[in-house]
Amino acid sequence: MMPLPAMPLPSPAHQAWRRFKNKAMSVVMLACALAVIAPLFLVLYYLIREGASSLDWSFFTQLPKPTGEIGGGMANAIVGTLVLLAMASVIGVPVGVMGGIYLAEYGSDRVNYWIRFSADVLNGVPSIVWGMVVYALLVAPFKTFSAYAGGVALGLMMIPLIMRTTEEVLVLVPQGYREAGLALGIARWRIIVVIVVKTALKGIITGILVALARVAGETAPLLFTALGNNFWVHSLNAPISAVPLQIFAYATSAYEDWHRQAWAGALVLMALILAINLSVRVLSRGRKFE
Amino acid sequence: MAEQTSSIPMTSLQAALPATTKAAAASRPTPAEEVAFDIRGFNLWYGPRQALYDVTIQIPAHKVTAIIGPSGCGKSTCLRALNRMHELTPGTRLTGSLRLFGQDLYSAEIDPTHVRRRVGMVFQKSNPFPTMSIAENVLAGLRLNGVRDRAILNQRLEESLRMAALWDEVKDILGRPGIGLSGGQQQRLCIARALAVQPEVLLMDEPCSALDPLATAKIEELINTLRTSFTVVIVTHNMQQAARVSDRTAFFYLGKLIEYDETRTIFMNPANPQTEAYVSGRFG
Repeated sequence: MMPLPAMPLPSPAHQAWRRFKNKAMSVVMLACALAVIAPLFLVLYYLIREGASSLDWSFFTQLPKPTGEIGGGMANAIVGTLVLLAMASVIGVPVGVMGGIYLAEYGSDRVNYWIRFSADVLNGVPSIVWGMVVYALLVAPFKTFSAYAGGVALGLMMIPLIMRTTEEVLVLVPQGYREAGLALGIARWRIIVVIVVKTALKGIITGILVALARVAGETAPLLFTALGNNFWVHSLNAPISAVPLQIFAYATSAYEDWHRQAWAGALVLMALILAINLSVRVLSRGRKFE
Repeated sequence: MAEQTSSIPMTSLQAALPATTKAAAASRPTPAEEVAFDIRGFNLWYGPRQALYDVTIQIPAHKVTAIIGPSGCGKSTCLRALNRMHELTPGTRLTGSLRLFGQDLYSAEIDPTHVRRRVGMVFQKSNPFPTMSIAENVLAGLRLNGVRDRAILNQRLEESLRMAALWDEVKDILGRPGIGLSGGQQQRLCIARALAVQPEVLLMDEPCSALDPLATAKIEELINTLRTSFTVVIVTHNMQQAARVSDRTAFFYLGKLIEYDETRTIFMNPANPQTEAYVSGRFG
């Protein structure tokens, strides 16, 4: 075979033009990348500038003051958010995780296709729709807004999120471990619980935390369910406060002091979500199965 | 070894013998020999594709039987059918019968989990459970089948690791993760784990194909000692390995059992020209 003729080198001027195009495009893309993270810093900057000054001890320990009085805090809303998240987890975690196990380990392809499809549709349902549905199911019939209803609304939102992430991490567990377990004469459900789920546990917990971070800031599903409350709650069958609800109430009010408190509440909420996301980072670091 | 084989001329009589007669004769064990697996008329399909054709073979107890053949010849499929692991692949269908020491392993009232307690398996890729320590790996089969007695567990732990020739290397680090060991050690750990449930048979699916020659030599040495207490069936790509470790060798080609005989005969004086061509390295 004849050797191919050598490619002629472009002229020096043309090479310089190429280098310039390369540089220019790199700069454009860097600018786009910065544009993605800029809003995060913008949000943090605003929250800290507007909210940090109103964050004091009483913000975390006191109830909201009656209209017209200066001061007070969001202690009840912070506790309310934690209560709602706990109740949502009670519903969302077991159903989501077990649904994910079913998808990854048991279901037939056809059934799984429709379950996955439904979960993905549910993940896209606007959160206010969840609030309306739960209002119709749990608030209207019992004639009271309640922590239960709020927890159920958030829990229902968590199920498809957790189900899909659980499935994804379980599928990543190499088939060899399941086969090794079966070859030892171990029952299938035991292999799944003790070997497969345990191997993927970090990933499952990560999925749960991501779902928690997602619903922690939800306001819309709580508007018609938990409603909000300016006092400590003594019953889960009564309206309960939550940080996003309190922010909504204060930010739409006419008082300067409440506006400041809304900023402070937003800062606290943001800090909570950042903390959850950071723990996700720490957990998913070095997530390897081999 | 395989090189020498081709230089031995086959007599015209041997060449003329129909292969099936010879294979059938060899698959009948001598009267004194106990049969572990009695496999009759295995046909196996993956969906529409047939992977095994009418395989009939009797595997002797307390011997090492090697299954050799080129890739895709059905040797691993046949091995996996012996502890019903093939059932994990969706769409498989099997006809024929399989008896282990006289008991029908495919009868309707037998749970595949129980079959697998009697017939253990070691895989090509070592697979210690990643969340477990060395000791927990060895004892996984016992613990997850409900054995709680500390004394039994401790005894079985040492016994199994000794049988797998791993005890001296790990006795001081039993609490460390199993996946921290070297490749060869991990494979011996998997063998110890399989032995701990005291199976009657150990199936090995190319157990050395991912190991270096030294680690391979250790496993082969180990297989040699295992035959006193277990029946071993090993699938291997490596003909020298089959020649070194096995008493009997079965040659598979395109899903059919071509020849089955004493390992010596298969390598030195095979009856079938296809076997001869394969063991002498002319194809595969």
